[in-house]
Amino acid sequence: MNDEFVPAQQGKGAAIPAAALDYAPLVLVPAVAIAMLPLVGSFPTWVTLTVAGLAMGMMIFIMASGLTLVFGLMDVLNFGHGAFVSVGAFAATLVLLPLGDWTQADSLALNLSAVGLAIVVAMVATAAVGWVFERLIVRRVYGQHLRQILVTMGGAIVTEQMIHVIWGAEQIPLPLPKALRGAFVMGDVAIEKYRLLAVAVGLVVFATMFLVLNRTRIGLLIRAGVENGPMVEALGYRIRRLFVGVFVAGSALAGLGGVLWGLYRETLTASMGGEIVVMVFIVIIIGGLGSVGGCFLGALLTALVANYAGFLAPKLALASNILLMVAILLWRPAGLYAVARR
Amino acid sequence: MAEALLTLAGVHTHIGQYHILQGVDLEVREGELTALLGRNGAGKTTTLRTIMGLWKASQGRLRFEGRDIAALATPEIARAGVAYVPESMAVFSDLTVRENLVLGARQGRLDSARLEWILGFLPALGKFWNHQAGNLSGGQKQMLAIARAIVEPRRLLLVDEPTKGLAPAIVQSLLAAFRELKATGTTILLVEQNVSFVKRLGDRVAVMDDGRIVHAGPMPDFAADRALQMRLLGLAMEAHT
Ligand SMILES: Nc1ncnc2c1ncn2[C@@H]1O[C@H](COP(=O)(O)OP(=O)(O)O)[C@@H](O)[C@H]1O
Ligand SMILES: [Mg+2]
Repeated sequence: MNDEFVPAQQGKGAAIPAAALDYAPLVLVPAVAIAMLPLVGSFPTWVTLTVAGLAMGMMIFIMASGLTLVFGLMDVLNFGHGAFVSVGAFAATLVLLPLGDWTQADSLALNLSAVGLAIVVAMVATAAVGWVFERLIVRRVYGQHLRQILVTMGGAIVTEQMIHVIWGAEQIPLPLPKALRGAFVMGDVAIEKYRLLAVAVGLVVFATMFLVLNRTRIGLLIRAGVENGPMVEALGYRIRRLFVGVFVAGSALAGLGGVLWGLYRETLTASMGGEIVVMVFIVIIIGGLGSVGGCFLGALLTALVANYAGFLAPKLALASNILLMVAILLWRPAGLYAVARR
Repeated sequence: MAEALLTLAGVHTHIGQYHILQGVDLEVREGELTALLGRNGAGKTTTLRTIMGLWKASQGRLRFEGRDIAALATPEIARAGVAYVPESMAVFSDLTVRENLVLGARQGRLDSARLEWILGFLPALGKFWNHQAGNLSGGQKQMLAIARAIVEPRRLLLVDEPTKGLAPAIVQSLLAAFRELKATGTTILLVEQNVSFVKRLGDRVAVMDDGRIVHAGPMPDFAADRALQMRLLGLAMEAHT
């Protein structure tokens, strides 16, 4: 912020902490990971599961972060968000398939350039789709939850069908670029390269969102709007515009998540976003609706637990997300980081 | 006489199916503090929210600086120069004191001279400058909500029951704060139940009951007329001091 004003009395006799950070949810993720080590038994297996969980968690976070803010700002439940994930993944093929020379080259730089370009195209495409979606569909059903669910689901179906129209009904392969295949091996421990990339991208997205939300005026407005939209309007800001911006940015992030996840699966279907959106909703509920930090921790926790459960008790794996959500909500009924709401 | 800064004429407001304001006529004159009194549920908060555009008037005229504001959206009304301190104070609890004030300044920067002046009569805010607003006491939140509303000069300040639930010492400092605002010519519409508080501040008074203004006039006349107070509010001012 561009004000350097510092009041003379600042800090004198201040009895309350400047920012009381709530640590318990932060500790939860490493605590769960460490607690699982003896259960899993083998250290290399544990490392593999943990890295896979973190990578999956980062991808889910990227998909979920926009959705949680969209809900926080305008109480909009967008069940169409999953379709944006699919659109992003398919848009990436427009770059990655023609650039086969780059992706199959033995050069990490060329590989990453191709992926980077695909990400840009996918984010632009999903931002545009999101903008249209907001204008045509979401705007008409502000404040009406049941209609939002029905209408955004309908929009998702239409979007998926558009993917069929453009790319055909068959699934499409999306091979990983050459240098991103395989694993780094250190002794018994193998870490897949692509998972590291996913973790890195997730951290960059989280750091960027954190900075935007905490260090910029737009970020302050978003945080204030999530807590009390009418008061933000009473201060003279047009929250609808802010909301459209957040909706479009969230759609672009869903597109980014779609690219990452598409490359992870290496095959694309129009319904891939719809399949993962259930997990995305679980994550934003666990995190606390409207909280980006909670969404981040919730995504890591959910994906880690799903991975450990898949290894330790495969029959429980499917239910593990729901069980985790129930456990978290019993502990904190409004999620890990409840957002104060008007 | 020149037109008042704010004029409500025959304003009706519905909330859902309820007919809350039933023809409100109210004037707020430039440079004056107008106290809006009335029992709980009389419609005072609804009146302020209607002025702010947070509820839409279903009928009647709202004029601000000669301009019809009934059809304007809340952000436009704020941009026209109306500032609002709601009953709930509505400070952003996740944001620091400084960040709350930064959002109050639409220009994006805090004017140091003005801020020095504000912190002069609301000193608690300087002390907790970088603290989360959610951690402040009720009185400090009230001061923050007022400061946020006036961090830039505004034409009209709407304040809803600022003394509610506050300890007498804090009410005293709010009294001083409003005196300072008045002395600098700020136009204020102040909703209160604490009659002794507004008696010492108000230039004019309007009393509401059942969604209508049932009395309007100069504060000194009202303050001197115990029978009138008794009839309109069911209590004498002394009972409140
Ligand atoms: N959101 C609402 N929904 C329904 N009725 C409301 C709402 N807000 C206020 N009312 C009703 O409107 C009337 C006036 O309320 P209000 O303006 O808050 O009164 P005051 O501020 O004078 O105490 C009350 O009868 C109250 O119950
Ligand atoms: Mg009230």
